[in-house]
Amino acid sequence: MIALLTRDLRLALRAGGGFGLGLAFFLILAVLVPLGVGPAPATLAVIAPGILWVGALLACLLSLDRIFALDFEDGSLDLLATAPVPLEAVVSIKALAHWLTTGLPLVLISPVMGLLLFLPAEAYLWLILSLGLGTPALSVIGTFGAALTVGLKRGGLLLSLLVLPLYIPTLVFGAEVVGRGAQGLSIGTPLALLAGITFGAVALLPFASAHVLRINLR
Amino acid sequence: MLRVRDLACARGGLPLLEGVSFSLVPGQALVLRGPNGCGKTTLLRSIAGLQPMLAGQIETAPEAIAYAAHADGIKATLSVAENLQFWAAIFGTSGIDAALDQMNLRRLRDRAAQHLSAGQKRRLALARLLVTGRPVWVLDEPTVSLDAASVALFAAVVRGHLADGGVALMATHIDLHLPEAETLDLTPFRARLPERGTGGFDEAFL
Repeated sequence: MIALLTRDLRLALRAGGGFGLGLAFFLILAVLVPLGVGPAPATLAVIAPGILWVGALLACLLSLDRIFALDFEDGSLDLLATAPVPLEAVVSIKALAHWLTTGLPLVLISPVMGLLLFLPAEAYLWLILSLGLGTPALSVIGTFGAALTVGLKRGGLLLSLLVLPLYIPTLVFGAEVVGRGAQGLSIGTPLALLAGITFGAVALLPFASAHVLRINLR
Repeated sequence: MLRVRDLACARGGLPLLEGVSFSLVPGQALVLRGPNGCGKTTLLRSIAGLQPMLAGQIETAPEAIAYAAHADGIKATLSVAENLQFWAAIFGTSGIDAALDQMNLRRLRDRAAQHLSAGQKRRLALARLLVTGRPVWVLDEPTVSLDAASVALFAAVVRGHLADGGVALMATHIDLHLPEAETLDLTPFRARLPERGTGGFDEAFL
Protein backbone atom coordinates (compact mmCIF):
# COMPACT_ATOMS: atom_id res chain seq x y z
CA MET A 1 0.00 0.00 0.00
CA ILE A 2 2.75 2.39 0.98
CA ALA A 3 4.60 1.23 -2.12
CA LEU A 4 1.66 2.19 -4.32
CA LEU A 5 1.38 5.58 -2.65
CA THR A 6 5.06 6.34 -3.01
CA ARG A 7 5.01 5.15 -6.61
CA ASP A 8 2.07 7.41 -7.47
CA LEU A 9 3.63 10.40 -5.71
CA ARG A 10 6.94 9.75 -7.44
CA LEU A 11 5.24 9.49 -10.82
CA ALA A 12 3.35 12.72 -10.18
CA LEU A 13 6.51 14.59 -9.24
CA ARG A 14 8.63 13.36 -12.18
CA ALA A 15 8.56 14.95 -15.61
CA GLY A 16 5.15 14.84 -17.21
CA GLY A 17 3.46 13.79 -14.00
CA GLY A 18 1.10 16.74 -13.94
CA PHE A 19 1.83 17.74 -10.36
CA GLY A 20 1.78 21.49 -10.96
CA LEU A 21 -1.18 21.45 -13.32
CA GLY A 22 -3.95 22.11 -10.80
CA LEU A 23 -1.80 24.50 -8.84
CA ALA A 24 -0.95 26.55 -11.93
CA PHE A 25 -4.59 26.65 -12.94
CA PHE A 26 -5.61 27.88 -9.48
CA LEU A 27 -2.93 30.56 -9.58
CA ILE A 28 -3.91 31.73 -13.07
CA LEU A 29 -7.55 31.97 -12.03
CA ALA A 30 -6.78 34.02 -8.94
CA VAL A 31 -4.58 36.35 -10.96
CA LEU A 32 -7.03 36.75 -13.83
CA VAL A 33 -10.21 37.36 -11.84
CA PRO A 34 -9.12 40.77 -10.47
CA LEU A 35 -8.11 41.73 -14.01
CA GLY A 36 -11.49 40.72 -15.38
CA VAL A 37 -13.76 41.91 -12.59
CA GLY A 38 -11.82 45.05 -11.73
CA PRO A 39 -9.54 45.76 -8.81
CA ALA A 40 -12.20 47.18 -6.44
CA PRO A 41 -11.54 45.45 -3.09
CA ALA A 42 -15.22 45.61 -2.07
CA THR A 43 -16.38 43.66 -5.13
CA LEU A 44 -13.55 41.14 -4.93
CA ALA A 45 -14.07 40.51 -1.23
CA VAL A 46 -17.69 39.55 -1.91
CA ILE A 47 -16.92 37.08 -4.69
CA ALA A 48 -13.61 35.76 -3.31
CA PRO A 49 -15.02 32.76 -1.38
CA GLY A 50 -16.96 31.52 -4.39
CA ILE A 51 -14.10 32.13 -6.83
CA LEU A 52 -11.60 30.33 -4.63
CA TRP A 53 -13.84 27.33 -4.20
CA VAL A 54 -14.76 27.14 -7.90
CA GLY A 55 -11.07 27.44 -8.73
CA ALA A 56 -10.13 24.63 -6.36
CA LEU A 57 -12.87 22.44 -7.78
CA LEU A 58 -11.89 22.99 -11.41
CA ALA A 59 -8.21 22.51 -10.56
CA CYS A 60 -9.10 19.13 -9.05
CA LEU A 61 -11.17 18.25 -12.10
CA LEU A 62 -8.23 18.93 -14.44
CA SER A 63 -6.13 16.02 -13.25
CA LEU A 64 -8.87 13.46 -12.58
CA ASP A 65 -8.59 11.52 -15.82
CA ARG A 66 -4.95 10.74 -15.04
CA ILE A 67 -5.86 8.76 -11.93
CA PHE A 68 -6.57 5.50 -13.75
CA ALA A 69 -6.12 6.26 -17.46
CA LEU A 70 -2.31 6.09 -17.40
CA ASP A 71 -2.28 2.83 -15.46
CA PHE A 72 -4.93 1.44 -17.77
CA GLU A 73 -3.02 2.33 -20.92
CA ASP A 74 0.28 0.77 -19.91
CA GLY A 75 -1.38 -2.33 -18.49
CA SER A 76 -0.41 -1.86 -14.85
CA LEU A 77 -4.06 -1.59 -13.80
CA ASP A 78 -4.67 -5.17 -14.98
CA LEU A 79 -1.62 -6.28 -13.06
CA LEU A 80 -2.68 -4.37 -9.94
CA ALA A 81 -6.11 -6.01 -10.15
CA THR A 82 -4.43 -9.43 -10.07
CA ALA A 83 -2.00 -8.43 -7.29
CA PRO A 84 -2.58 -9.42 -3.66
CA VAL A 85 -4.03 -6.04 -2.72
CA PRO A 86 -7.77 -5.40 -2.54
CA LEU A 87 -8.97 -3.12 -5.31
CA GLU A 88 -10.84 -1.05 -2.71
CA ALA A 89 -7.49 -0.24 -1.13
CA VAL A 90 -5.98 0.53 -4.53
CA VAL A 91 -8.67 3.10 -5.34
CA SER A 92 -8.41 4.61 -1.84
CA ILE A 93 -4.66 4.99 -2.21
CA LYS A 94 -5.11 6.45 -5.69
CA ALA A 95 -7.57 8.99 -4.29
CA LEU A 96 -5.17 9.80 -1.45
CA ALA A 97 -2.30 10.28 -3.91
CA HIS A 98 -4.50 12.55 -6.01
CA TRP A 99 -5.39 14.61 -2.94
CA LEU A 100 -1.76 14.86 -1.82
CA THR A 101 -0.66 16.06 -5.25
CA THR A 102 -3.65 18.27 -6.06
CA GLY A 103 -5.87 19.05 -3.08
CA LEU A 104 -3.25 19.58 -0.41
CA PRO A 105 -1.13 22.06 -2.43
CA LEU A 106 -4.32 24.02 -3.15
CA VAL A 107 -5.14 24.17 0.55
CA LEU A 108 -1.65 25.35 1.38
CA ILE A 109 -1.52 28.03 -1.29
CA SER A 110 -5.10 29.24 -0.81
CA PRO A 111 -4.21 32.01 1.73
CA VAL A 112 -1.99 33.61 -0.92
CA MET A 113 -4.83 33.41 -3.41
CA GLY A 114 -7.08 34.96 -0.78
CA LEU A 115 -4.69 37.91 -0.57
CA LEU A 116 -4.92 38.43 -4.33
CA LEU A 117 -8.71 38.51 -4.07
CA PHE A 118 -8.94 40.76 -0.97
CA LEU A 119 -10.52 38.04 1.13
CA PRO A 120 -11.55 39.52 4.51
CA ALA A 121 -9.06 38.70 7.24
CA GLU A 122 -11.48 36.75 9.41
CA ALA A 123 -12.23 34.34 6.53
CA TYR A 124 -8.71 32.93 6.12
CA LEU A 125 -9.06 30.35 8.84
CA TRP A 126 -12.36 29.17 7.38
CA LEU A 127 -10.94 29.12 3.86
CA ILE A 128 -8.12 26.79 4.88
CA LEU A 129 -10.42 24.70 7.06
CA SER A 130 -13.15 24.33 4.44
CA LEU A 131 -10.72 23.51 1.64
CA GLY A 132 -8.86 21.09 3.89
CA LEU A 133 -12.11 19.40 4.79
CA GLY A 134 -13.72 19.56 1.35
CA THR A 135 -10.96 18.74 -1.15
CA PRO A 136 -10.64 15.10 0.00
CA ALA A 137 -14.27 14.67 -1.06
CA LEU A 138 -13.40 16.14 -4.46
CA SER A 139 -10.59 13.59 -4.88
CA VAL A 140 -12.67 10.63 -3.73
CA ILE A 141 -15.69 11.54 -5.86
CA GLY A 142 -13.36 12.24 -8.78
CA THR A 143 -11.73 8.84 -8.37
CA PHE A 144 -15.17 7.28 -8.67
CA GLY A 145 -15.76 9.23 -11.88
CA ALA A 146 -12.33 8.21 -13.19
CA ALA A 147 -13.11 4.57 -12.44
CA LEU A 148 -16.40 4.87 -14.35
CA THR A 149 -14.70 6.22 -17.47
CA VAL A 150 -11.44 4.27 -17.32
CA GLY A 151 -11.81 2.26 -20.52
CA LEU A 152 -12.87 5.18 -22.67
CA LYS A 153 -10.56 6.95 -25.07
CA ARG A 154 -10.74 10.69 -24.47
CA GLY A 155 -13.13 10.15 -21.59
CA GLY A 156 -12.33 13.53 -20.08
CA LEU A 157 -15.50 15.27 -21.23
CA LEU A 158 -17.75 12.47 -20.03
CA LEU A 159 -15.81 12.39 -16.76
CA SER A 160 -16.44 16.11 -16.22
CA LEU A 161 -20.13 15.73 -16.99
CA LEU A 162 -20.43 12.82 -14.56
CA VAL A 163 -18.43 14.36 -11.76
CA LEU A 164 -19.50 18.01 -11.80
CA PRO A 165 -23.04 17.39 -10.52
CA LEU A 166 -21.57 15.28 -7.71
CA TYR A 167 -19.25 18.16 -6.83
CA ILE A 168 -22.05 20.68 -6.38
CA PRO A 169 -22.92 19.97 -2.71
CA THR A 170 -19.25 20.19 -1.74
CA LEU A 171 -18.92 23.47 -3.61
CA VAL A 172 -22.10 24.96 -2.11
CA PHE A 173 -21.27 24.14 1.49
CA GLY A 174 -17.55 24.85 1.13
CA ALA A 175 -18.12 28.31 -0.33
CA GLU A 176 -20.86 28.91 2.25
CA VAL A 177 -18.43 28.23 5.11
CA VAL A 178 -15.98 30.81 3.76
CA GLY A 179 -18.70 33.31 2.86
CA ARG A 180 -20.34 33.17 6.27
CA GLY A 181 -16.95 33.22 7.96
CA ALA A 182 -16.10 36.40 6.04
CA GLN A 183 -19.26 38.05 7.33
CA GLY A 184 -18.66 36.86 10.87
CA LEU A 185 -21.74 34.62 10.90
CA SER A 186 -21.89 31.20 12.50
CA ILE A 187 -20.49 28.50 10.20
CA GLY A 188 -21.56 25.42 12.16
CA THR A 189 -24.20 24.06 9.82
CA PRO A 190 -22.39 24.28 6.45
CA LEU A 191 -19.17 23.05 8.05
CA ALA A 192 -20.96 20.03 9.52
CA LEU A 193 -22.58 19.27 6.16
CA LEU A 194 -19.25 19.64 4.37
CA ALA A 195 -17.63 17.26 6.83
CA GLY A 196 -20.54 14.87 6.41
CA ILE A 197 -20.11 14.82 2.62
CA THR A 198 -16.39 14.18 2.92
CA PHE A 199 -16.59 11.43 5.50
CA GLY A 200 -19.51 9.78 3.73
CA ALA A 201 -17.67 9.85 0.41
CA VAL A 202 -14.42 8.57 1.90
CA ALA A 203 -16.23 5.75 3.68
CA LEU A 204 -18.51 4.56 0.88
CA LEU A 205 -17.24 5.55 -2.55
CA PRO A 206 -14.08 3.36 -2.64
CA PHE A 207 -16.34 0.30 -2.69
CA ALA A 208 -18.33 1.69 -5.60
CA SER A 209 -15.13 2.73 -7.41
CA ALA A 210 -13.57 -0.71 -6.99
CA HIS A 211 -16.73 -2.36 -8.28
CA VAL A 212 -17.01 -0.25 -11.44
CA LEU A 213 -13.28 -0.72 -12.00
CA ARG A 214 -13.72 -4.50 -11.93
CA ILE A 215 -16.53 -4.20 -14.48
CA ASN A 216 -14.48 -1.90 -16.69
CA LEU A 217 -11.47 -4.21 -16.66
CA ARG A 218 -13.41 -7.18 -18.06
CA MET B 1 -1.89 -26.95 -8.98
CA LEU B 2 -4.08 -25.47 -11.68
CA ARG B 3 -7.14 -27.32 -12.85
CA VAL B 4 -9.56 -25.92 -15.40
CA ARG B 5 -12.77 -27.82 -16.04
CA ASP B 6 -15.30 -27.21 -18.79
CA LEU B 7 -14.46 -23.54 -19.02
CA ALA B 8 -16.50 -21.31 -21.30
CA CYS B 9 -15.65 -17.68 -21.78
CA ALA B 10 -16.85 -14.75 -23.83
CA ARG B 11 -15.39 -11.53 -25.16
CA GLY B 12 -17.61 -8.51 -25.71
CA GLY B 13 -20.72 -10.61 -25.12
CA LEU B 14 -19.72 -13.13 -27.81
CA PRO B 15 -18.93 -16.66 -26.58
CA LEU B 16 -15.48 -17.65 -27.84
CA LEU B 17 -14.54 -20.88 -26.13
CA GLU B 18 -16.41 -23.67 -24.42
CA GLY B 19 -15.56 -26.96 -22.83
CA VAL B 20 -11.89 -26.16 -22.22
CA SER B 21 -10.42 -28.54 -19.67
CA PHE B 22 -6.85 -29.14 -18.62
CA SER B 23 -4.85 -29.50 -15.48
CA LEU B 24 -1.28 -28.73 -14.59
CA VAL B 25 0.76 -30.40 -11.88
CA PRO B 26 3.86 -28.73 -10.40
CA GLY B 27 6.68 -28.62 -12.89
CA GLN B 28 4.41 -28.68 -15.91
CA ALA B 29 4.05 -26.11 -18.67
CA LEU B 30 1.23 -25.76 -21.16
CA VAL B 31 1.39 -23.75 -24.35
CA LEU B 32 -1.90 -22.54 -25.80
CA ARG B 33 -2.10 -22.28 -29.54
CA GLY B 34 -4.71 -21.18 -31.97
CA PRO B 35 -5.33 -18.58 -34.63
CA ASN B 36 -5.72 -14.88 -33.79
CA GLY B 37 -9.02 -14.12 -32.15
CA CYS B 38 -9.69 -17.69 -31.06
CA GLY B 39 -9.83 -16.67 -27.40
CA LYS B 40 -6.37 -17.24 -25.98
CA THR B 41 -6.19 -13.88 -24.23
CA THR B 42 -9.79 -14.19 -23.03
CA LEU B 43 -9.05 -17.60 -21.56
CA LEU B 44 -5.94 -16.32 -19.79
CA ARG B 45 -7.77 -13.27 -18.43
CA SER B 46 -10.53 -15.53 -17.11
CA ILE B 47 -7.98 -17.71 -15.36
CA ALA B 48 -6.25 -14.63 -13.95
CA GLY B 49 -9.62 -13.57 -12.51
CA LEU B 50 -9.93 -10.40 -14.56
CA GLN B 51 -13.16 -11.38 -16.21
CA PRO B 52 -15.99 -13.70 -15.26
CA MET B 53 -16.40 -16.96 -17.10
CA LEU B 54 -19.65 -18.16 -18.61
CA ALA B 55 -19.38 -21.66 -17.22
CA GLY B 56 -16.91 -24.08 -15.75
CA GLN B 57 -14.50 -24.14 -12.86
CA ILE B 58 -10.99 -22.97 -12.21
CA GLU B 59 -9.28 -24.60 -9.27
CA THR B 60 -6.06 -23.20 -7.96
CA ALA B 61 -4.53 -22.24 -4.66
CA PRO B 62 -5.62 -18.76 -3.55
CA GLU B 63 -3.26 -15.98 -4.62
CA ALA B 64 -1.11 -18.33 -6.64
CA ILE B 65 -1.38 -16.72 -10.04
CA ALA B 66 1.02 -14.19 -11.53
CA TYR B 67 -0.39 -12.75 -14.73
CA ALA B 68 1.59 -11.06 -17.49
CA ALA B 69 -0.45 -9.42 -20.20
CA HIS B 70 0.26 -8.10 -23.70
CA ALA B 71 1.02 -4.71 -22.18
CA ASP B 72 4.20 -4.49 -20.18
CA GLY B 73 2.79 -2.53 -17.25
CA ILE B 74 5.94 -0.47 -16.96
CA LYS B 75 6.05 3.12 -15.74
CA ALA B 76 8.14 5.10 -18.22
CA THR B 77 9.50 7.66 -15.77
CA LEU B 78 10.60 5.12 -13.18
CA SER B 79 13.90 3.31 -13.48
CA VAL B 80 14.15 -0.43 -14.07
CA ALA B 81 14.94 -1.05 -10.41
CA GLU B 82 12.11 1.20 -9.20
CA ASN B 83 9.60 -0.59 -11.42
CA LEU B 84 10.65 -3.95 -10.05
CA GLN B 85 10.88 -2.78 -6.45
CA PHE B 86 7.31 -1.53 -6.66
CA TRP B 87 5.99 -4.92 -7.74
CA ALA B 88 8.14 -6.69 -5.18
CA ALA B 89 6.61 -4.50 -2.45
CA ILE B 90 3.08 -5.08 -3.77
CA PHE B 91 3.59 -8.84 -3.79
CA GLY B 92 5.31 -8.74 -0.40
CA THR B 93 8.63 -10.11 -1.58
CA SER B 94 12.05 -8.58 -1.26
CA GLY B 95 15.16 -8.55 -3.35
CA ILE B 96 15.08 -7.80 -7.03
CA ASP B 97 18.71 -8.62 -7.79
CA ALA B 98 18.08 -12.24 -8.69
CA ALA B 99 15.35 -11.21 -11.12
CA LEU B 100 17.60 -8.55 -12.67
CA ASP B 101 20.36 -11.09 -13.16
CA GLN B 102 18.11 -13.76 -14.59
CA MET B 103 16.61 -11.45 -17.20
CA ASN B 104 20.00 -9.84 -17.97
CA LEU B 105 18.91 -6.40 -16.79
CA ARG B 106 21.62 -5.58 -14.30
CA ARG B 107 23.41 -3.13 -16.58
CA LEU B 108 20.11 -1.31 -17.13
CA ARG B 109 19.24 -1.17 -13.45
CA ASP B 110 19.18 2.63 -13.10
CA ARG B 111 18.04 3.44 -16.63
CA ALA B 112 14.63 5.10 -16.89
CA ALA B 113 12.18 2.68 -18.47
CA GLN B 114 11.27 5.17 -21.17
CA HIS B 115 14.78 4.80 -22.60
CA LEU B 116 14.58 1.04 -22.92
CA SER B 117 14.04 -0.71 -26.23
CA ALA B 118 10.87 -2.74 -26.77
CA GLY B 119 12.71 -5.98 -26.12
CA GLN B 120 14.33 -4.62 -22.95
CA LYS B 121 10.91 -3.48 -21.70
CA ARG B 122 9.62 -6.96 -22.35
CA ARG B 123 12.47 -8.45 -20.33
CA LEU B 124 11.60 -6.09 -17.50
CA ALA B 125 7.94 -7.14 -17.69
CA LEU B 126 9.03 -10.79 -17.48
CA ALA B 127 11.42 -10.05 -14.61
CA ARG B 128 8.31 -8.86 -12.73
CA LEU B 129 7.09 -12.48 -12.72
CA LEU B 130 10.20 -13.51 -10.83
CA VAL B 131 9.66 -10.95 -8.06
CA THR B 132 6.02 -11.94 -7.55
CA GLY B 133 7.15 -15.22 -6.02
CA ARG B 134 3.98 -16.88 -7.24
CA PRO B 135 3.88 -20.46 -8.49
CA VAL B 136 1.36 -20.23 -11.34
CA TRP B 137 2.50 -18.10 -14.26
CA VAL B 138 -0.18 -17.08 -16.72
CA LEU B 139 1.56 -15.49 -19.69
CA ASP B 140 0.03 -13.83 -22.71
CA GLU B 141 2.47 -13.71 -25.64
CA PRO B 142 5.52 -13.47 -23.37
CA THR B 143 8.04 -13.42 -26.23
CA VAL B 144 6.70 -10.43 -28.18
CA SER B 145 9.61 -8.27 -29.41
CA LEU B 146 12.26 -10.50 -27.84
CA ASP B 147 15.27 -11.45 -29.94
CA ALA B 148 16.47 -15.05 -30.23
CA ALA B 149 18.95 -14.71 -27.35
CA SER B 150 16.31 -13.23 -25.06
CA VAL B 151 13.82 -15.95 -25.99
CA ALA B 152 16.43 -18.52 -24.98
CA LEU B 153 17.02 -16.56 -21.76
CA PHE B 154 13.30 -16.54 -21.06
CA ALA B 155 12.99 -20.25 -21.82
CA ALA B 156 15.73 -20.89 -19.29
CA VAL B 157 13.88 -18.79 -16.70
CA VAL B 158 10.67 -20.73 -17.33
CA ARG B 159 12.60 -23.99 -17.04
CA GLY B 160 14.02 -22.84 -13.70
CA HIS B 161 10.56 -21.89 -12.53
CA LEU B 162 9.22 -25.34 -13.47
CA ALA B 163 12.14 -27.02 -11.74
CA ASP B 164 11.20 -25.13 -8.56
CA GLY B 165 7.74 -26.70 -8.70
CA GLY B 166 5.96 -23.89 -10.49
CA VAL B 167 3.67 -24.16 -13.44
CA ALA B 168 3.39 -22.00 -16.54
CA LEU B 169 0.48 -21.44 -18.87
CA MET B 170 1.44 -19.55 -22.00
CA ALA B 171 -0.20 -18.35 -25.15
CA THR B 172 2.46 -18.01 -27.79
CA HIS B 173 2.99 -18.40 -31.51
CA ILE B 174 6.69 -19.10 -31.54
CA ASP B 175 8.53 -22.20 -30.47
CA LEU B 176 10.11 -21.71 -27.05
CA HIS B 177 12.28 -24.83 -27.31
CA LEU B 178 10.75 -26.22 -24.17
CA PRO B 179 10.45 -29.90 -25.04
CA GLU B 180 8.74 -30.66 -21.74
CA ALA B 181 5.90 -28.21 -22.42
CA GLU B 182 2.66 -29.64 -23.64
CA THR B 183 0.63 -27.94 -26.30
CA LEU B 184 -3.11 -27.34 -26.34
CA ASP B 185 -4.70 -26.22 -29.56
CA LEU B 186 -7.79 -24.17 -28.78
CA THR B 187 -9.36 -24.50 -32.22
CA PRO B 188 -11.56 -27.52 -31.33
CA PHE B 189 -13.00 -25.64 -28.36
CA ARG B 190 -14.37 -22.77 -30.38
CA ALA B 191 -17.85 -21.94 -29.12
CA ARG B 192 -20.75 -22.53 -31.46
CA LEU B 193 -22.41 -19.23 -32.22
CA PRO B 194 -25.77 -18.89 -30.49
CA GLU B 195 -28.73 -19.22 -32.78
CA ARG B 196 -30.06 -15.98 -34.09
CA GLY B 197 -32.71 -14.28 -32.04
CA THR B 198 -32.23 -16.27 -28.87
CA GLY B 199 -30.10 -13.65 -27.17
CA GLY B 200 -32.80 -11.05 -26.93
CA PHE B 201 -32.57 -7.37 -27.63
CA ASP B 202 -30.67 -6.44 -24.49
CA GLU B 203 -27.81 -8.82 -25.25
CA ALA B 204 -26.64 -6.47 -27.95
CA PHE B 205 -25.86 -3.87 -25.33
CA LEU B 206 -24.12 -6.05 -22.78
